[in-house]
Amino acid sequence: MAETVKATQSLDCRGLLCPLPIIKLSKAIKGIQVGEVLEMLATDPGSVPDVKAFQAQTGHEILASEQEGGVYRFLVKRTK
Amino acid sequence: MGEQTKRLALVASKGTLDQAYPPLILASTAAAMGWEVGIFFTFYGLDLLHKERLEHLQVSPIGNPAMPPPIPAIPMLKVPNFLGALPGMTAMATTMMKGWMARAKIPPIKELLDLCIEADVQLFACATTMGVMGITQEDLIPQAQCAGATTFLDYAAAADVTLFI
Repeated sequence: MAETVKATQSLDCRGLLCPLPIIKLSKAIKGIQVGEVLEMLATDPGSVPDVKAFQAQTGHEILASEQEGGVYRFLVKRTK
Repeated sequence: MGEQTKRLALVASKGTLDQAYPPLILASTAAAMGWEVGIFFTFYGLDLLHKERLEHLQVSPIGNPAMPPPIPAIPMLKVPNFLGALPGMTAMATTMMKGWMARAKIPPIKELLDLCIEADVQLFACATTMGVMGITQEDLIPQAQCAGATTFLDYAAAADVTLFI
């Protein structure tokens, strides 16, 4: 399902710790249009629950959350 | 969100380097989620808004058993407390902590504060602390708003999350 979705932009947060990934995610989401999708890469394991909480608080939708070789990849859709 | 914007009200009461991070990290993160955020800087916490002192926050090894052991493999072997009293030890502990933070790519305090300012976090400077310590508005960064406990409580009364740090 995730692979059929095309991300408009990619945000590299690899090597960064809280609070930077979420602050950068928040800024990047504002930089795409409603309905568009942002890809985010991170290495901080805390980013998994944090991106989920970001969805809960902002309403922007996580379309995919996966891990490969120590890198977490999220697809987040701007909903408003 | 849909419903009303959430609000975070923090009290930052400490002026050491280690204790400067938590309020600024929480504030910048909450603002990134679209929350309204206000921080009341009181007592030594006011140093975080002080133009000059802000750049010279320190952490002391004295009376701080949480300082990490010099040899990670021997966690029970700590630097004896009295060594912390030697000249230069506070500067050394401060340099060490700044090194850990830089290696972990955590922004320095000034940058975290700038993130908060950019995100419209309200920075309340405790009026009583200013009076007691002889600090004037000119000593503080321009975004600091001098306010008393009443102003903060009025702000915090409408908050969803309040924390004292």
